[in-house]
Amino acid sequence: MNSQWEVVIGLEIHAQLATKSKIFSGASTAYGAEPNTQACAVDLGLPGVLPVLNQEAVRMAVKFGLAIEAEIAPYSVFARKNYFYPDLPKGYQISQFELPIVGNGHLDIDLDGATKRIGVTRAHLEEDAGKSLHEDFHGLTGIDLNRAGTPLLEIVSEPDMRSAKEAVAYMRKLHELVRYLEICDGNMQEGSFRCDANVSVRPRGQAEFGTRAEIKNINSFRFVEKAINHEIERQIDLIESGGKVVQETRLYDANKDETRSMRGKEEANDYRYFPDPDLLPVEITEAFKDEVRATLPELPDAKKRRFIEQYGQDDESAATLTSSRQLADYYEALVEASGGEAKICTNWVTGDVLGALNKAGLEIGQCPVDAERLAGLLQRIADDTISGKIAKQVFEAMWQGQETADQIIESQGLKQITDTGAIEAIIDKIIADNPGQVEQYLGGKDKVFGFFVGQVMKEMQGKANPAEVNKILKTKLKR
Amino acid sequence: MSLTTDDVNKIAHLARLGVDIQDVDTYAHDLSGILDLVTQMSQLNTEGVAPMAHPMEQSQRLRPDRVTETNMREKFQAIAPQVEAGLYLVPKVIE
Amino acid sequence: MNNKTIAELARGLRAGEFSSVELTQGYLERIRQFSVLNAYITVTAEQALAQAEAADKRLAAGTADLLTGIPVAQKDIFCTDGVKTSCGSKMLDNFISPYNATVVEKLNAAGAVMLGKSNMDEFAMGSSNETSFYGSVQNPWNVSCVPGGSSGGSAAAVAAGLTAGATGTDTGGSIRQPAAFCGITGLKPTYGRVSRYGMIAYASSLDQGGPMTRTAEDAAIMLQAMAGFDEKDSTSVDRPVPDYSSGLNQPLSGLKIGLPKEFFGEGLNGEIATVIETAVNEYRKLGAEVKEVSMPNLKHAIPAYYVIAPAECSANLSRFDGVRFGYRCDNPADLSDLYTRSRGETFGKEVKRRILIGTYALSAGYYDAYYLKAQKVRRLISDDFKSALAEVDVLMGPVSPTVAFGLGEKTGDPIQMYLSDIYTIAVNLAGLPAMSIPAGFVDGKPVGLQIIGNYFAEDRLLNVAHRYQMNTDWHKQVPKGFE
Repeated sequence: MNSQWEVVIGLEIHAQLATKSKIFSGASTAYGAEPNTQACAVDLGLPGVLPVLNQEAVRMAVKFGLAIEAEIAPYSVFARKNYFYPDLPKGYQISQFELPIVGNGHLDIDLDGATKRIGVTRAHLEEDAGKSLHEDFHGLTGIDLNRAGTPLLEIVSEPDMRSAKEAVAYMRKLHELVRYLEICDGNMQEGSFRCDANVSVRPRGQAEFGTRAEIKNINSFRFVEKAINHEIERQIDLIESGGKVVQETRLYDANKDETRSMRGKEEANDYRYFPDPDLLPVEITEAFKDEVRATLPELPDAKKRRFIEQYGQDDESAATLTSSRQLADYYEALVEASGGEAKICTNWVTGDVLGALNKAGLEIGQCPVDAERLAGLLQRIADDTISGKIAKQVFEAMWQGQETADQIIESQGLKQITDTGAIEAIIDKIIADNPGQVEQYLGGKDKVFGFFVGQVMKEMQGKANPAEVNKILKTKLKR
Repeated sequence: MSLTTDDVNKIAHLARLGVDIQDVDTYAHDLSGILDLVTQMSQLNTEGVAPMAHPMEQSQRLRPDRVTETNMREKFQAIAPQVEAGLYLVPKVIE
Repeated sequence: MNNKTIAELARGLRAGEFSSVELTQGYLERIRQFSVLNAYITVTAEQALAQAEAADKRLAAGTADLLTGIPVAQKDIFCTDGVKTSCGSKMLDNFISPYNATVVEKLNAAGAVMLGKSNMDEFAMGSSNETSFYGSVQNPWNVSCVPGGSSGGSAAAVAAGLTAGATGTDTGGSIRQPAAFCGITGLKPTYGRVSRYGMIAYASSLDQGGPMTRTAEDAAIMLQAMAGFDEKDSTSVDRPVPDYSSGLNQPLSGLKIGLPKEFFGEGLNGEIATVIETAVNEYRKLGAEVKEVSMPNLKHAIPAYYVIAPAECSANLSRFDGVRFGYRCDNPADLSDLYTRSRGETFGKEVKRRILIGTYALSAGYYDAYYLKAQKVRRLISDDFKSALAEVDVLMGPVSPTVAFGLGEKTGDPIQMYLSDIYTIAVNLAGLPAMSIPAGFVDGKPVGLQIIGNYFAEDRLLNVAHRYQMNTDWHKQVPKGFE
């Protein structure tokens, strides 16, 4: 990237809160229902209906605020944001403007080994809009209002990010956090976690910000990076060719990998915010905050530090294992149940388990081998019932079925042979069958030792205790 | 305070409110009169006065997070101007 | 029968003098006979008779409520399931509400019989009922005069004996002023006392539903059924509803009445002032103490109101967009055309004026000067009431500076129309309860006495009104031709 330009990025993240019912009505928030079957009188904005605030949405917003060490407003106010759009039934969105529920907070991101603090300006509660379906209904657009009224937490960052990579790291961190807090399912495909980016560039060293463009509709980590980088290039090209960036909303088109102006939305940008007279100020007491604070889980950063300390993990493994609360829980359950070394557990989870999940396209919550079954396997490695190599085979079988490690070892006869007599007999036979190799080894070719180990293991179908095999071979092949 | 016909047209557009061309002058006149009336309150010193949004000094009551509504699409859409396949239809939305 | 009070009708029903079906048939017949008054937008005869039949069964079974079998009219602002709810607007001429307002549910549960939906100013914006899409309503006392507004249909229907009682809503005087113009009793409760759920919003922080009846005793009976906490309305107040009838007869000795001097200044018709003074003297006879109080900020009530109410209405009426219900223009060219024409072709001039003023007052650069300023003024006015009501139990004064004016007399001058609400509007800004009761006549037209009480003092107001009605007969007068 052109180094005479500095990039300034701020993100607005919309996280759908994981409540059962909507923010102002008792309609379900479940995803994927038939159009308009979950849009009740209040969601449709029928004449005369009134909003009543969902307690859980407030609780979740406060939980988020506490997690980013933000100020929680003792009084916050809902306001009407007025604009006409067919997916907005009342002609106004109930949002928060002057007095949001969550004030100044922050989030730390790790990038290339360094930690950077990103400011969170505010987070406020609001209602989601419905959806416009552009499939052709004789040249008309169809409106589905099931999503209308779903609670959203809009999290607004400070313009603290200086590259698309930082923006992605911040977004990932936030994504990880809302899922830790269990306030948002984070499903980006279903639109539960959406991102708008404010992007501007300025000559390096200049104090004032450049004119920013807001990019909407960037709903995957990959697209965020691409869309922002594309926008940065567009702005730099524009300025360098003598043009000027105009403040506008741009839409990211993932298919064409470009942003384009949404002039339609710009035209009447006077939202006429005012306090919603149908709702009263939301009061958050210290007692309520304490009650919510008590439900806060260990947060990702703290957990990571603890994993490094308690389990002797390196930074990368700790980051991986704490990237989701469920994965961390899985890991700790495994350590606990196996009673074995944390290191082995770390290797198994970061290697075999995540590898298999990745291959199958599954989340840890869907892992076919739960921590307890896996612990059963690790115990058999620890007590030398099977070798590490055989263990991979057992794990494979456990992944496919419901059996425990012991059942598989038993039924497939995978028990490691530690009977020295049996191993000795095999070794004697192999030494006798391979006089050439014996000669080479005795002549000083150390590498040939591996050949004998391999032959023994092959003969014994991998079930021989490798340490025992080594020991006996060494004695028999004494130079 | 007086509003021009241009002002009226701008406000009417913000409110998506069709106003007959021949009436715009009358609205400009009437609205200017109303603004003159309401501007009288600027004589009153309100320094340090907290704005009052509601008659009752209460805080918002919170509703338990329960699904209480059932599907009433058929009844709701029976009164809709134009629906198809369960969707409300509107002229094409261009983004 | 048609000029009996609800209390009398309830006794007659219990004594078996008539059945609810007979009563209902009688009223329906009168509604047909006096249809020229235009008091109803919709008459629900079939439904009413079915409700009356059910009420007769309840009466026979001894499970009846005081209101069971009593015919009432619902202002067409309250949503009624399966029945057209127009709010006086062409926009909702085709709107069959798919649900009931809480007030409707409550009156239904009490066994009241709904005769129909009463006429009103379009979206409750007006002081004369002349902004209704369905035409103006005639005042039974003088058919060339307005009945007042916005609950003009309800007031005229009660005065003419086309219903025993009616619901109304009051945002700036819309219960009290038509009650005064039509010589009936109207009560605007404390904001939050009656649920606003299903009551089509005009200005949400000011709107409040209440009863319109012949007497204070009837108002107590109706309010008993209408009032109460509603979990569907965040601004509804969770506070027990007292028994409004039990305290009606309390003596008034020692009652402290305040007369705000600003209610008796220039602009008040001298003959009306005399009527009010006579009424106050009647209270003196009943043992009340009277003193003058002052509300220095009262004159700013109209300016503040005409910012706050239009601002709220400009947003409240945005949902009428031709997409999910109500009127849609023919062949919209595009989305903007759909909105602009659907709204432009249906909203009347007064509604448009208020949407435009409200939109302007909230728009970028003007918010602080208008909306925020008005909210501060609102606080000062509310504080004036608080200090006045700290000294006295109730405030009294006129409801309106004039009696009912002629149809068409003020339609050309919206500001003159606004100014006529000077005595009622401040009460809504403060959220206090207030009543209008008949207190005399000027030029053969009724004059209303306004009684304003403290928050949730509806029981006290009803008591004060009832004692007066026990000692006077203004409320028993019936317009000529409607005996």
